[in-house]
Amino acid sequence: MRLRAQDLVYAYIPGRPVLRGITLDLRSGETAFLLGPNGSGKTTFLDLIGGLRTPREGEVLLDERPLASFSARQRAQLVGYVPQFHEPPFNFTAWEVVLMGRAPYVRWLSQPKERDRRAADGALAALGLAGFRDRPYYTLSGGERRLVLVARGLAQGAAFLLLDEPDAHLDPANQHRVLLAVQEVVGEGLGAGITSHSPNNALLYADRVALFSSGEVLAQGVPAAVVAPPLLERAYGIPFVSVGDGHGPRAVLPAVG
Amino acid sequence: MNRTCLSGALLLLPLPVAFGALMIGRYPISPGEVFASLTGGEVAEVVRALILRIRLPRIGAAALVGANLAVAGAVYQGVFRNPLVEGRLLGVSSGAGLGAALAFLLFPQPAVVQALAFAGGLAGVALTALLGWAFGAGVLVLVIAGVLVDSFLSAVLGLVKYAADPLGTLPAITHWLLGGLSGVRVPDLLPLGIASAIGLSFFLLARWRLNLLTLTDQEGEALGVRVRPTRFLVVGMGTLLVASAVSVSGIVSWVGLLVPHAARAVVGPDYARLLPAAAGLGAALVVALDTLARTLLTAEIPLGVLTGLLGAPLFLVLFLRFLRERGGWR
Repeated sequence: MRLRAQDLVYAYIPGRPVLRGITLDLRSGETAFLLGPNGSGKTTFLDLIGGLRTPREGEVLLDERPLASFSARQRAQLVGYVPQFHEPPFNFTAWEVVLMGRAPYVRWLSQPKERDRRAADGALAALGLAGFRDRPYYTLSGGERRLVLVARGLAQGAAFLLLDEPDAHLDPANQHRVLLAVQEVVGEGLGAGITSHSPNNALLYADRVALFSSGEVLAQGVPAAVVAPPLLERAYGIPFVSVGDGHGPRAVLPAVG
Repeated sequence: MNRTCLSGALLLLPLPVAFGALMIGRYPISPGEVFASLTGGEVAEVVRALILRIRLPRIGAAALVGANLAVAGAVYQGVFRNPLVEGRLLGVSSGAGLGAALAFLLFPQPAVVQALAFAGGLAGVALTALLGWAFGAGVLVLVIAGVLVDSFLSAVLGLVKYAADPLGTLPAITHWLLGGLSGVRVPDLLPLGIASAIGLSFFLLARWRLNLLTLTDQEGEALGVRVRPTRFLVVGMGTLLVASAVSVSGIVSWVGLLVPHAARAVVGPDYARLLPAAAGLGAALVVALDTLARTLLTAEIPLGVLTGLLGAPLFLVLFLRFLRERGGWR
């Protein structure tokens, strides 16, 4: 399947667009990283392609059909979303949080069925969280919480999963736990769109990278081509150097000091 | 016993409590006589009349008031993502109080008082909802609108009290505001019963999806929930429950805040289990407290005063437990 953004324009304040005509594809079985400085429009783009906001111009197409033509419930069965944080007002268990991902399948005035409970169990197991099933959410660490939110996204059973900075505020090991888990489900046919502030994670995990700058896509393509010092300097405004061992770049570092 | 069974057990708790409450009173009645009165068996006519015409309507009203306030409180705490709110947050009680006070001032009949209190409660929340919707229907905006409306209506209520005859009407208003069920008669139960049947069955059927209202707007939308219309539907149903309860009982404090937390402590926060537990616990608690209110002293103690006296210390205990679980207040 293909989730296509076509000429998307969006402005929070009229006359000051944060997205100025973005055309970009997400495909099943691929991880797309969206890089770019703060305020470059990545998160707004994620909201638009997830159907959470309506573009001022342009449209989002799911296999040629406008995403806006789906009902909220149908859309949620096709495109899932994993927020950066989730602060529940009450101390739900990890399993109860994950089960909420089944919302698009549970009608008003009815309860989750056996199928929904199995999906929640399956999502926890897929991320190696089976042992956390009955743990209260408040007792989980930041990394564990993020994995539980990814599990909720998986339980949603959507073809595409959009993740808002899943590697932010996590130690290196937890960043890799979360991104490896996503990589694994992408290997099974999911399409993932990930915003991130880590070009190095994009080098490690992305199939394709789009570099945002001032509401436009500066460059898109394979990681080694986009996560490159000249382009990064144009986007972020500071010089970078690339570090590698001859098989392409392994990391980029700011060339300062 | 697992927590789902526990939730079912709490839902049935009002039955034994109500049976006990039927026995207790100035004229004690044996379990056998209560049973015979309820099932149409052999029993003295005066006993049957006392059970069916005096105690049963009052206990029925107490159970519905308790269930309504507890369920609305549990729901509002989720909708407003705030464990410290209850069903009266959006101006329903000041609206109902104003309606009742106007009735006492202009048409002092019990049926009119109840009707105007109900209408006032609905109008108070409608005003809040209108203001909130105009400013974008966010959670915080609704709360602010609720505070504004509540404060304004309370001021108008003050004006009505000031205008009321200090020897006849003012004491009647004050007594109504203190809360109590001493005046409940069979006809009063009809509107309360209908409103409760609609509201309680809606919430008990939709109980699992209420969990989704504790999510942020964005998370909810991403899961296919149409957050804003849903929020207004749920607040409307909650208002129906609270307004119908308040119109019969006057202001009964703490039940809507306390009972949901007590139920959470027993069955956990999942609304699928929480809602039946809160409904049963609320009904049982108000039936028990109302029995105390009518039997503890020779004169009746206002129910709202009794719930207030017990509520504050109990809430302190629950709140400290909540803080410990959450690891402090952020």
